[in-house]
Formats: sequence, structure tokens, C-alpha cells
Amino acid sequence: MEWETVIGLEIHAQLATQSKIFSGASTRFGAEPNTQACAVDLGLPGVLPVLNEAVVRMAASFGLAIHATVAPRSVFARKNYFYPDLPKGYQISQYELPIVHDGYVDIELEDGTRKRIGVTRAHLEEDAGKSLHEDFHGLTGIDLNRAGTPLLEIVSEPDLRSAKEAVAYMKKIHALVRYLEICDGNMQEGSFRCDANVSVRPRGQAVFGTRAELKNINSFRFVEHAINYEVERQIALIESGGQVVQETRLFDPARQETRPMRTKEEANDYRYFPDPDLLPVEIDTPFLEAVEAGLPELPDAKCQRFMTDYGLSAYDAGVLTASRELADFYEAAVTDSGGLAKLTANWVTGELAGALNHDGREIGDSPVTAAALAGLLRRIEDGTLSGKLAKQVFEAMWSGAGNADEVIEQQGLRQITDTSAIEGAIREILEKHPKQLEQYRGGQEKLLGFFVGQVMKATQGKANPAQVNELLKKLIGD
Amino acid sequence: MHRKSLVELSAALGRGEFSSEELTRACLARVAALDGQLNSFITVTGEQALSAARAADRRLQAGEAGALTGIPFAHKDIFCTEGVRTSCGSRMLDNFIAPYDATVTQKLKAAGAVMIGKTNMDEFAMGSSNETSFYGPVKNPWDTSTVPGGSSGGSAAAVAARLVPVATGTDTGGSIRQPAALCGITGLKPTYGRVSRYGMIAFASSLDQGGAFARTAEDVAVMLTAMAGFDPRDSTSVDRPVDDYRAGLGDSLRGLRIGLPKEFFGEGLDGGVAATVEASLEEYKKLGATVVDISLPNSALSVPAYYVVAPAECSSNLSRFDGVRYGYRAENPHDLEDLYKRSRGEGFGAEVKRRIMIGTYALSAGYFDAYYLKAQQVRRLIREDFLRAFEQVDVIMGPTSPGVAFRLGEKADDPVTMYLSDIYTIAVNLAGLPGMSIPAGFAAGLPVGLQLIGSYFDEGRLLAAAHQYQQVTDWHVRCPEGFA
Repeated sequence: MEWETVIGLEIHAQLATQSKIFSGASTRFGAEPNTQACAVDLGLPGVLPVLNEAVVRMAASFGLAIHATVAPRSVFARKNYFYPDLPKGYQISQYELPIVHDGYVDIELEDGTRKRIGVTRAHLEEDAGKSLHEDFHGLTGIDLNRAGTPLLEIVSEPDLRSAKEAVAYMKKIHALVRYLEICDGNMQEGSFRCDANVSVRPRGQAVFGTRAELKNINSFRFVEHAINYEVERQIALIESGGQVVQETRLFDPARQETRPMRTKEEANDYRYFPDPDLLPVEIDTPFLEAVEAGLPELPDAKCQRFMTDYGLSAYDAGVLTASRELADFYEAAVTDSGGLAKLTANWVTGELAGALNHDGREIGDSPVTAAALAGLLRRIEDGTLSGKLAKQVFEAMWSGAGNADEVIEQQGLRQITDTSAIEGAIREILEKHPKQLEQYRGGQEKLLGFFVGQVMKATQGKANPAQVNELLKKLIGD
Repeated sequence: MHRKSLVELSAALGRGEFSSEELTRACLARVAALDGQLNSFITVTGEQALSAARAADRRLQAGEAGALTGIPFAHKDIFCTEGVRTSCGSRMLDNFIAPYDATVTQKLKAAGAVMIGKTNMDEFAMGSSNETSFYGPVKNPWDTSTVPGGSSGGSAAAVAARLVPVATGTDTGGSIRQPAALCGITGLKPTYGRVSRYGMIAFASSLDQGGAFARTAEDVAVMLTAMAGFDPRDSTSVDRPVDDYRAGLGDSLRGLRIGLPKEFFGEGLDGGVAATVEASLEEYKKLGATVVDISLPNSALSVPAYYVVAPAECSSNLSRFDGVRYGYRAENPHDLEDLYKRSRGEGFGAEVKRRIMIGTYALSAGYFDAYYLKAQQVRRLIREDFLRAFEQVDVIMGPTSPGVAFRLGEKADDPVTMYLSDIYTIAVNLAGLPGMSIPAGFAAGLPVGLQLIGSYFDEGRLLAAAHQYQQVTDWHVRCPEGFA
């Protein structure tokens, strides 16, 4: 039987506020345990939450960016359950009336087509603290620094049909929240993580299969692995006569598998009800207009503009606009290079991306700045450097040898374009290899490559290859 | 000294007749001598009180005193007080030393008022007789075999017995007005949002409101002026200027339209209470007020609606008492579930557990619409009843409680009868309106309270109506025997 996979993602994006969603405590990551938890975060008797207005603006900007409805009135509710790292015994979240609903994003599929993925809702909520099970000799330590950190939970429609689509969607949302500067997107620190609802059904069947919820996946690679594992598990289970049970499963990246956490029967009744300590969030048109006016250019629009203004392919424009930092780098380099749009695109997506990837660096801490790259590209454009030489110069620049001109000077990497110098080199080679010359003249024309190689070698790669070709043909025929 | 009102004491302190320290010592001495009969205090803060009194004396000498500077008061043990046990009448918080001050505590401190202790109360403010306290029941100074009412019974008894001139309270369904009535003193529950709830341990967040007790309306006006005001730490507090409530007390009642809801004078109302209330209305007519009959048709629904909303909110509010971070923790728990179950099972008393269970049930999946949502709809109807009534009248009056103080233990095993003792007060909380109870006479030798209900933020008018009445009657200065 042919199976179809159905996936919906719940992404938790930590909003990049200075202070927590309902208290004045700092949200900085990595502080000593319980040093960033005030009376409100500790859930002391008598304390009350006060909404940090920055989160409303951030959620509204996300809503506008995904073409969603930003609700004129949304309501915080209490989700009640007991857990040691949940100080109040309830989490403040939005339930029936979320701040954002009914939006979408378009993702690019591998075959180049686009697919629209619905975003059911995005709601504001507070994070819980952390339970630490190590180092306490059978006891559990509680760190409430994270308690009260603002989260935007972004819930997709079950529109995703493969792990690859899920990753593309997650990357799209990741790019969006970073463009909007509402989330730092740091997946290692848990600022951007997701749960995946995964089910399978026979292709053509309208009804969804029973789903499993995969919890707390914090990298793009893990999303793909977790979903693929889970899909295979479910198919194998059904094909061997079993049934998928609705349950929550945890992905174990070390073992590349998912394991059951709790089943539906064990699920809590959260007893949601509107939080009487907080007023409904009311958003009026002037507020929304102000948020809209402050929106940056978003990835889709930027991608379109790169294609039009710089003549880039859809693929290159897509790669270059995948993050705001990369797009900014590209545009700065194009400007500095005097408009070498295509060449810059090739270098940014090629050599630079490769080097970043190799060193595990982000574009923000590239040792070669946009201005420095532009300097290099100008030397290619004016013929000082061949492509091959330019790569050598780039490598030197990457390891800190200075800007392009300095490297060219220090290492004498200037291209030889002087015709008489090249002719001299050619004559020497032809004299050294009379036998090959005879064979060539006898009709073995493929030996031309041999001579080019010898000339390049003799000039340490500095001779302009086009000139070498041209002059060789002329001299060899004499 | 103890017979004087706050306003009289303030004037005497200003004239230097005695110091705040002398006054505070006198109060502490009365508490030491007499509170054994009443059990109105959970914690007496003698040392801190004397040090606060000396600081107040310095302010008085420097000419920087306000109306409350140097005045001793009793603070309901539901308000957090930094460095002082804040028990909420519960074993759960018997060991809880609050690390911060409630906004009300801060404001009273800033005004120079001298806290002499924390008063007894029904556990987590759940009760109408002060019998649910972990620290034992409070006795009514008028007859120590009867209850003082609740949940702010300690504060009411302490003021009635002249242990302090004024005290704070909180009112979720009548917890200021009913004990004020049963103890023969004046009590005010302000409009919801008028007094900050920050640091006031929550019972039912959408109903709780802090207020004050005194023997006179004028003293209550002074207290409210100090306690009220917008607080950025409480999202439900209202950003609106605070009136000088004392300034308007002299306003004439000529032309005041008083509404009498027929639903407050029906079945269940004690005959003696009814006669006393009616007599007090005659006094109002003499003061120039007119009395008209009105109807609050949904009144009968207020008790059932309240006993869904309040327990629902309390079931969630009290989840934080889990034995993990503070408060009572069961000994040697063998796992997390055991820690939760025994800490809460042993730390909470029976009434609190009853309400947590009712509330948990009401919020459960499948029951939410039928209970919680329905109760909220009823709440809107009740509010609309009042809004309609206030198109016709300025103040609504009636009995505060259907009877006078009942015997200790009389209703303790019958929650429904106990709940009905708040039948006239609960609707006011559901609507968020201000309400008062003032002494209006006696029935069977025990005090009767007249309830005054105002429109939103109309505390000034209520206080004036109470004050004018107290100018022509002396019920509020009557003193229980043994406490004169």
C-alpha cells in the first residue's frame, strides 16, 4: 500500500524581550540558577502578573507577516496542572481567543514549486522553569530562571506531507521571526523549538490517521530524523497488523528514535479558564498600523526584489534571502563592488557559504566582511585576478592575511596579462617539448590542453588563461 | 484612649496629648489583656509596632503627619507583610514569612499607620463564621458563645472590642460586611479595582477586594483614602483618581433616592433583623431621603453562581501551595505525587478542600460550559439588574445578613446554610460594586447591620449616607459589655 504522511508543527519561538512576559525579571540566558526569578516568577502568595506590552507588538508583527488576522481582542487563560517547575500550578497561555489566527506562509519544494502552508494560530504564553535531574543524588533541582519567559506558539495546519516539507516550513518561520527581530532563533539555547504531530494514512483516504506528538525537537536535522523515524515506525506498525495509539513521544537524538512519554489516557484535563488577573488584550487599528509601518522588508518580498533588481535566479534569490543577515551582507557587497550582482551572488552562495559551513560560523561573524569581499570581486572584474587566483586570495583573506590588494601584493598573485611575457613562456614550453609539438601538428589537437597546463604551471597559475589559449593557438600554428 | 475614634486619636496625637508610642502601648496592653477571650489576633507584632510608633512620633513632631500617622491598626493576615508571618489562617502558610509587602501594607506604612498585628480569619478567607481558621475560631465580643462572622472575623472583633480603632479586611462574598454587621461596626468593601490586590493572597481573583473596618464611617473614609488607588502591579486595579472621601461626608441626604430590593426582604430574613432595618430606613426618611421599592430579579441566582465562580478560581489560585517552594511540606514524601497529595491534604482544612474540589469539578472538561460559563452569564444578568436599579435610585439598602450572630458550631457542619448567610452580600461582589455595612440597632441583644450598596466608584456617596446616619443615631458607639 502507498502511504501518505500528514504533519502539523507547533513551533515555540522565544520572544526577544529584555524582561519576562508577566514580570520585570531579566530573560538573559545562562545565568546562575534562580537568580533571574522574582516574586512573580516564584509564584509567591499574593503576586499578580502584569503583561509586558512588548510581546503584543511582537506577536502582532508576526501576525501581519503571515497574512493572518491579528485579533482585536484576545484572552489569557490558565492551563492548570501540577509540576515542580511550574510555580503557580498553572501556565498562563491563550486558549480560545489567541492573538493571531488564520495565516499562511509559502514554502519552496525541492522541485522548485511553491506550496502554501496554513498557520492555524499563534498565541502568547509563558515558559515553565527547568527540572534538573543530574547532580542531586536522586532528588530534583528546580531552576526558575526560564519561568515566565515569553513564548509565541505557532501552530500550523496539518498541511505538511513529508519531513522535508516540515523542515522547509520550520526554516521559513525561523527566517521570518529573525527578519522581524522578535526571536533570536537560537536553537541550541531552546529559543526556537518545535513539537511535530505526525500521522500516516493510505494515499487517497480523506480521514487522518491517529497521530503521535513528537516533543521538543530543537534542530532542523532532528525534525527530519524524528519525523522520518516516526513515519517508518507507524507504517511498520500498521502493516504488521498493529494500531497507532495517540500519544506523546520524545525524540532521542543520540539513538535516532522516538519513545513514548505518555498516552492520551494519561493526559491531563487542563481545566482552562480565562485568567481573572489579566485583562483581555485589545488591539486597535492605529496600533496595528504603527506595527505595520515598522515592519522590515520580509523574505518573500526581498526575494522578488533580488530577482528583479539584481537579475538573480529564483534559486539564488531564495538562498540569499533565507536570512536577513545574509541578504544584508549580499546587498552591502553588491553596493561596494559597484554593482557586480551576479558575481557577488556566485561568491556569497559558493566560496563564502562553503567557508562558513566548513568553520561552523554564522554570516554575522564571517572573517571576510562584505566590503572585503567586494574588494576581491573588483580585482576579478578588472582582470587583476583570475577565478583560480581569486580563490587563493580569498583563502588568505579568510585566515586573516588582510584585504584583497594586500594579499595580492604580499604574495605576488597578480595575473600576468602582458602578451609578450606570456608569449615568452609559451615559446619556452614549445622548445622543451618538441615531440608533443610534432604530434600536435600531426593532428592530435587534444594536446593543446597539455601545453596550456604546462604554461600555467610555468607561470605559477598567474597567466591569464584566456590569453594563454589564444596565444598558444597562434604560436603553435606557426 | 481606646474609646476614641481614629479621627479623635489623630487630633489628640496632633495636639500632643499623648504620643503614638503611648497609644500603641495601650493597644498592645488591651490585646494582651482581652484577646484571650476573642482570639482575634494570629500574630501580635509588638516590637515592630513600637518602632513604627516611634517613627510616627518623629513625623508628628516634625509636622509631617497625615491623618493616619501614629494610628494603630490591625491587619488581616491575608495581606503580605515583609518579615512577618502571613498565614492566611492556614496551616499551609503557618511557616510563611512574607518576603515583601502587599501594596495595601506599603500604603498604610507610608501613611505612618502602626500595625500592631495580623488578625485571625477563615482559612484562605473561605468561611462566614471564622470557624475554619487553623488558629481556632474568633469569638464575637457581644457574646463570646457566638461567631463574629467571616472571613474577616478577627479584624471585626478587634475593632468591636476596642482593641484597635481600625482594621483592614477583604471581601469576596461578604467577608467585610457580614462580620461588620455581626460585630456591630462599620465596614466597607470598595468597588472592584479600587484597592490593589497585589500582595493580598488570592481566594477568588475576580471577586476579592480589600477594604476597612472602623466604628465610624468617617474613620473608614480616612482608611479608604489611604488604601485606594491605581497600582501598576495589579492589572485589574483601575486608573482613576482617588477622592478625598472625608471631604464629602457632610453632603446632605436631602433628595437621596434609596432603593429597597424586594428580594432582600423575603423568606429567610429574621424578623428582628427586618424590623431593625425598617426602623433605620425611617431615620433616612427623616434625613430627607426618599425610599422606593425596586427589584433585583436575579438575586436568587447569586449564591449558586458565586459557589461556581469562587471555587473555580480558588481551585486554580491555591494550586501554588504544593509544598515545593514555601509553606507546609509533608514529611518524608516518597515521591512527587506523595509530596503533593500529603502536603495539600495535611496543609489545607476541610472547607478549603471542599471548595477546591467543587471548583476543580466545575472547570473540568465537559462541565465547564454548564457550570463556569453559565455562572459567568448569570453574573452579567446580576450586574445588569443593578445597573437598571441605579437608573432609578442612588443607593440600595437592605439587611447585610439574614440573621444576627449565630452560635459557634451551629452551622459549622452545614455548608449550605452557612453559604446562605451571605445571600445579600454576594451579588455585590459578582457585580463588582461597592458595599457597606453600618450598625443599625439590635435584635435579640445582638447587633444588626444595614447594608448600603452604591454604583461603581460611588464610595463617597455611601460614606456620606453612613456618616449622616451616624450623626443622628448612636448604634455605632455602643460597646459590648466587658470591652468598654
